[in-house]
Amino acid sequence: MTAVAPVPLLTLDDISLSFKGVKAVTSISFAVATGEICALIGPNGAGKSSLLNVINGVYQAQSGSITYAGQTRHHMRPHQAAEGGIARTFQNIALFKGMSVLDNVLTGRNLKRRSTWIEQMLRIGRAGAEDDEQREHAERVIEFLRIHPWRHALVGKLSYGLQKRVELARALAAEPRLLLLDEPMAGMNAQEKLEMSQFIRDINRELGTTVVLIEHDIGVVMGLSDHVVVLDYGRKIGDGTPEQVRNNPEVIAAYLGTRRSQPARSQ
Amino acid sequence: MLYQEAGQLARRYAAERRIFRLRQDRIGLLLLLVFAFVGVPWLGNDYWFSAILIPFMVLSLAGLGLNLLTGFAGQLSLGSAAFMAVGAFAAYNLQLRVAGMPLLLSFALGGVIAGLVALVFGLPSLRIKGFYLLVSTLAAQFVVEWVLTRFSWFTNDNASGVITSPPLIIAGVDFSSPQGRYLLTLGLLVLLFWLGKNLVRSELGRNWMAVRDMDTAAAVIGIRLLKAKLLAFAISGFYLGIAGSLWAFAYLGTVEPHGFDLSRSFQVLFIIIIGGLGSVLGNFLGAAFIVLFPILLGNLSALLPVGVIDSGQLENLQKVLFGALIIVFLIKEPEGLARLWQRFRLRLRVWPLRY
Repeated sequence: MTAVAPVPLLTLDDISLSFKGVKAVTSISFAVATGEICALIGPNGAGKSSLLNVINGVYQAQSGSITYAGQTRHHMRPHQAAEGGIARTFQNIALFKGMSVLDNVLTGRNLKRRSTWIEQMLRIGRAGAEDDEQREHAERVIEFLRIHPWRHALVGKLSYGLQKRVELARALAAEPRLLLLDEPMAGMNAQEKLEMSQFIRDINRELGTTVVLIEHDIGVVMGLSDHVVVLDYGRKIGDGTPEQVRNNPEVIAAYLGTRRSQPARSQ
Repeated sequence: MLYQEAGQLARRYAAERRIFRLRQDRIGLLLLLVFAFVGVPWLGNDYWFSAILIPFMVLSLAGLGLNLLTGFAGQLSLGSAAFMAVGAFAAYNLQLRVAGMPLLLSFALGGVIAGLVALVFGLPSLRIKGFYLLVSTLAAQFVVEWVLTRFSWFTNDNASGVITSPPLIIAGVDFSSPQGRYLLTLGLLVLLFWLGKNLVRSELGRNWMAVRDMDTAAAVIGIRLLKAKLLAFAISGFYLGIAGSLWAFAYLGTVEPHGFDLSRSFQVLFIIIIGGLGSVLGNFLGAAFIVLFPILLGNLSALLPVGVIDSGQLENLQKVLFGALIIVFLIKEPEGLARLWQRFRLRLRVWPLRY
């Protein structure tokens, strides 16, 4: 299972983030190897979503640095992240509700456009051919995630599970190198979870996309990921393969609340 | 059965992308355009051109201008009339001060100048949203009106501030008659609506809607919020500027700041709310409602026997009735007349079956 690539795609180095004095994340460092599925786990409020938001520039960390694809930055801007090939989904679905499934997926490809809005408005030059190209790719993503029966439906009217899939499709349409998934299976039944994990595995295997995901279902996490990072109260308490993490006493304590011997979590 | 759709399958993406995918719609549009360009000038009279059709068309265009900004890009604005005024005065001054300036070019440049002014007043949108933005665009309304009345250079030092607009001559043809003004307005209307429809279906239109529906997600997928919002203000300003030129030159026949006061801004806002936010067709429906309904009510009340209600009260009653109708409409269909039309059309497509 372990795939330790020599050069990691993403490295977080000593990242700290606080909101008006409240610490969300405290000096976290870990590396995500190219081509792996990395899971971030931890109890509610452990700082998992905040960390994803730091990686793609929604939040700016107060200290630390991010190295992505060989480039080290103090912080990212959302569009820098997008241009670098980082796509993501959100914990609470963040689709464009007034638009159809197809249009949502097409917005995911907005960076793949070369023609200007004037060309598109006048319908001249490369605009038409590019429209076809964009549509063709969007259709491939739609087929891949099997949402084609709903491609012209408004996303606001779809079921929760389908909306989650449309959001994944929008992220995937950007042809990302790194895909950040914030609780892709939250609120799903067992069948839907199974489908979603298969999609994630297919994306990873077939498209070679590196995945970082947050998930609460430990069974799913252990089966799906190559690498698990455990957070608790904004700190990293575990990092390794699923087996290593499963046997880590601190992780067991955080999850099961076992009484620990005194200084187990010293600085 | 009117909408016989069998066999009309799109075989290529380009075919599915057409504005009117169904053959019936395309034929209908063609007939409508022929009627508007040939039939109406032949049938209509001066009253219809000057008092009904021209204001209806110009307000539809202004509605589209605001709808691009508010309905598609989600940025509220109460400065529509200000940008119309900028367009009208810019076009007037270009005509006045540049010898041999073609009329249509001065309209276009007036639109560009209005777009630039709108862009400046759109800068706060990067920091503030919703009702707060609405109030800050209100500043545009007051500043522009003040500048145009305070500095007489804009009105060419005219004592009354009301200027008769110059004759409408394009390539040697005089469009000053009611018929000519109607055709000029119609021509620009068709062109600008076609461009507008293309725009909202393009990448930029999708980016606008993305910013409207969920701006964080839009930023994360690489849409530059700054560029999308400012382009929305600029393009909206361009449309409103041209609508302003038409309002002054083709409808009022005079160029004056008070033709573009706050109530005009509200009128344009009502048009898009009643017609439908984020709809291109809705601008026509909303403008028709705003322009035609008061006239219809006036005609209906004329049918009442004389002396039942005196004329002053009758006028107030009309306003009350009009206001009540707007409320009823918005309760029955909050998404506007365009949505109502969409549902009706869906019915029509399956008629005589129920679904």
